[in-house]
Amino acid sequence: MIKKYAVLLLLGAFALMLLPFVTEVTPFEELSPVAQKYVKDGPDELGSANLVSSVIVTYRGLDTLGEVAVLFIAAAGVGFMLRRRGDAKKPVKREASGILRSGTVFLFPLVLLYGIYIFLHGHLTPGGGFQGGVVIASGIVLLLLAGVSAKISGTVLHWIESLSGAVYVALGVLGIVLAAGFLDNRILPAGEFGRLLSAGAIPLIYSLIGLKVGAELVGIIDAMQKDEL
Amino acid sequence: MITVFIVVLSLVMIAAAVLAVQQKSLLSAVLLAGVISLLASILYLVLAAPDVAMTEAAIGSGLTTIVFLFALNKIRKQGKHD
Repeated sequence: MIKKYAVLLLLGAFALMLLPFVTEVTPFEELSPVAQKYVKDGPDELGSANLVSSVIVTYRGLDTLGEVAVLFIAAAGVGFMLRRRGDAKKPVKREASGILRSGTVFLFPLVLLYGIYIFLHGHLTPGGGFQGGVVIASGIVLLLLAGVSAKISGTVLHWIESLSGAVYVALGVLGIVLAAGFLDNRILPAGEFGRLLSAGAIPLIYSLIGLKVGAELVGIIDAMQKDEL
Repeated sequence: MITVFIVVLSLVMIAAAVLAVQQKSLLSAVLLAGVISLLASILYLVLAAPDVAMTEAAIGSGLTTIVFLFALNKIRKQGKHD
């Protein structure tokens, strides 16, 4: 009985805390000074048509590096926790249906291509490294579910992942040497606004992030489905 | 018109969330959580944030659901062993 009242009291306090969001918040009429600067100077400064990408990759590049590191730690943790036991029996797999198998054979290349498209065009259209990487990983999940080729080389995944991570940081350091600071994208020429080869290093960095995120997520999924007791 | 759409979408999301908590079957709860993410991504798209919408659709309703299903499968198999 006391527990019930305590829960109600807590809920009431929580509602009271959130009340100002309903009663006092008014829609923003104008952007904050920082956002104004990004919107005004961003396209000219960095040459990226998608402003979100220039904020994520360059203006807030350090945060993105942190996010990638967090994802890496998560993937490493899953790999560590679900490490294969020596006496693991071979899992008995149910055969995938014909529809799933033929659908996968048809769809997988398209999904892969779409993922690559998303991170290559991150500076032009919505999307970027993270989204593209996840799309690639979901393509591999489709492959695993259909049992078309359940063998994923761990070594290749690790090399892709470590190499793209290292090159990403190296590009960032190159920004200190050649341009204004860490992860500055102007180490490469800005190019023509709105073209595929433009916006300095943004497409390159986004491709690296895409590969890294894709490899990490495939590693997680692979560890989860492989180690079935 | 767009406000009505947003309100309806939010209400459906809240209903799905309550259902997910109340669900006896874990499988349905996981699927309902995926539905919430899918609706959230539509909401982001309507609110003119396509970048966030893509992330939510791919990670929230796609990958997370699958990881949950794998984990569920694992728990069930381990439960049978003990």
